[in-house]
Amino acid sequence: MQRQLYRLMAGVAAIALSAPAAMSQELTIFWAEWDPANYLQELVNEYEAETGVTVTVETTPWQDFQTKAFTEFNARGSAYDMIVGDSQWLGAASEAGHYVDLTEFFNTHKLGEIMAPATVKYYAEYPGNSGKYWAVPAEGDAVGWSYRKDWFEDPAEMAAFKEKYGYDLAVPETWAQLIDIAEFFHRPDQNRYGIAIYTDNSYDGLIMGVENALFSYGGNLGDYSTYQVDGILNSDASIAGLEAYRKLYGFTPPGWSKTFFVENNQAITEGLAAMSMNYFAFFPALVNPATNPNAEVTGFFANPKGPNGDQFAALGGQGISIVSYSENQEEAFKFLEWFIKEETQKRWAELGGYTAHAATLESEEFRKATPYNEAFYQTMFMVKDFWAVPEYAELLTAANARIYPYIVGGEGTAKEVLDALTADWNETFKKYGRIQ
Amino acid sequence: MADVMTRLEPNTRAAARGLSDLSIRNLFIIPTIAFLIVFNVFPLLYSLYTAFTDYRASTSAPANWIGLANFRDLLSDPFIWRNFTITAKYVIISVTGQVLVGFGLAMLLNRPIPLKGLITTLLLLPMMLSPAVVGLFWKLLYDPSFGIINYFLGLGKFEWLADPQVALYAVAIVDIWMWSPFVMLLSLAGLSAVPKHLYEAAEIDRAGPFYTFFRITLPLVAPILMIAIIFRTMEAFKTFDHAYILSTQPTTELIAIRLYKMAFLEWQTGMSSAFAYIVLIVVVAITNIYVKYLNKAKAR
Repeated sequence: MQRQLYRLMAGVAAIALSAPAAMSQELTIFWAEWDPANYLQELVNEYEAETGVTVTVETTPWQDFQTKAFTEFNARGSAYDMIVGDSQWLGAASEAGHYVDLTEFFNTHKLGEIMAPATVKYYAEYPGNSGKYWAVPAEGDAVGWSYRKDWFEDPAEMAAFKEKYGYDLAVPETWAQLIDIAEFFHRPDQNRYGIAIYTDNSYDGLIMGVENALFSYGGNLGDYSTYQVDGILNSDASIAGLEAYRKLYGFTPPGWSKTFFVENNQAITEGLAAMSMNYFAFFPALVNPATNPNAEVTGFFANPKGPNGDQFAALGGQGISIVSYSENQEEAFKFLEWFIKEETQKRWAELGGYTAHAATLESEEFRKATPYNEAFYQTMFMVKDFWAVPEYAELLTAANARIYPYIVGGEGTAKEVLDALTADWNETFKKYGRIQ
Repeated sequence: MADVMTRLEPNTRAAARGLSDLSIRNLFIIPTIAFLIVFNVFPLLYSLYTAFTDYRASTSAPANWIGLANFRDLLSDPFIWRNFTITAKYVIISVTGQVLVGFGLAMLLNRPIPLKGLITTLLLLPMMLSPAVVGLFWKLLYDPSFGIINYFLGLGKFEWLADPQVALYAVAIVDIWMWSPFVMLLSLAGLSAVPKHLYEAAEIDRAGPFYTFFRITLPLVAPILMIAIIFRTMEAFKTFDHAYILSTQPTTELIAIRLYKMAFLEWQTGMSSAFAYIVLIVVVAITNIYVKYLNKAKAR
């Protein structure tokens, strides 16, 4: 009897001891709720098939994403082993110790050479040019444009356009052409409008939209290494870029005052606008006839050049980081090793994910896989991003507060707006001791 | 003390129910007090402490005591004063609208009309809806391209939410639509409590309808109407959901929205705690003024 009891206890102890090992074979990745997260879940299912490690991609709506992630970080919670976080979070999350330092992993696997340079710079490295890395570029993304091919190729429209502007109606190569085409197609009496742009100022929508104009006009948000904004944010080039964006707002559909990726895709699916700005990650819905009745006649192009030939686009996308409070860090590193393999990255692209893997991006196969991949490929080598400092949200709030009334309400001038914003950002940088 | 609470006189109702005072204390009062301390009193005191620090919940840096700096920075920030001005304007428009519409509906329903019960129930529906849902469908109603409001009012492509000068009124209209039934309900209770003989006496004295309204109806309903105003003012000050969904115009950025951004987007925890206390002080001060008037109205 006593022997049986010992056996029973030994069995219970064995089960108890083996339980943590079994539990460690699970990983949770946290991301926002959108199509790429579904593609990632499909990809990690293959990892599970290979290794037996269950990986779950847990999602939350975009509006909640930052709040939920940082609430978990602040609580030092171990609910998530990895997170596909926004590029702007790098400063806040790394300085606070929420992310595991991936510098050694990055250098060992030569990710600086394997991944597209812009994605390394903006998704992984903080502070800029420091050689310290906190994420592996996961979902490359940037702002591009969709347009109505049938409107552009209509002979009557083409003739009318040529007569009015003196050049052929085609995909715009410059911002001046973009503005002309938006003006040309803006016909409120026909319920047809020129362009759909981002105007939502509740987070980063409006500013990401403005960046496309500001960067391509030769402007910048400041010097990310010295925190100097005077003469950069309010330079003539930045002012011209902001004025161009304001001009575009005049050719948007009515009530276009709180619009982001959903509304901008609707502008095309509902036949409202000739051209629409959006992140490439939202373009799959536009080539799907089930979600876009105009799928057959929708085309895509990269953000056009500014007056001096500068061509940049606002960066979207995210890198994948290991959360410092994860109890499965070793397992997470193994997952990342699998994720960065060339064959995994190719598979990631096949499933619909936007790989940041340079060789995959440059391959003919990838560039011809969808109608928008060529524009995406071009864009990923000319992207710029917002500040990634820990106080980025305060910078964003000030930018929204200054720029929105000018763009949507026509209040003040672009110079007044950017001068005021320069003063605000200087104050913020002084507050955090970044400048004297 | 323990004896008093544990002993139950035989044949009493408490004994029949089988619950002693001690049981009631242990089962209901102590858990309630513990809940209040953990979820109300502690956060209140902790946030009061953080209001005087530079604490940021997003970092692991310790909170440093900075005295009144947060309060000084907030009160010297023109954007914050703009938020207060916008909120004050919103509260005035919204509460005034709710009182006029709600009291008007109560006056109409306080007379014998067919299907009165059904009509009253239908009128109460808006306040039973989630503010977030209300925000989402009013956004569609206001849409300049296909919104039903412009269609019925013949306003063409009028931009309710995109026009910075109109957006606040549009948000207030939604609040009026949603919460007028609340004022109506309380007013209806007040109106039905007015003694009928006062109206009969006024009729015998050949008093006109205006005289009757201002001398009998309004003074007698005033205390309960004042309670409705107190509740609605406090709630209007805290408006967030539908305003946040409907518009992101700077002209509609109410203090609750600014507070949310400061606390959960910018993670300025210390600063936002100070802001919350300033809002609390303002709401308590306004409520006190109302309570004073309520007591005066009751005394009359």
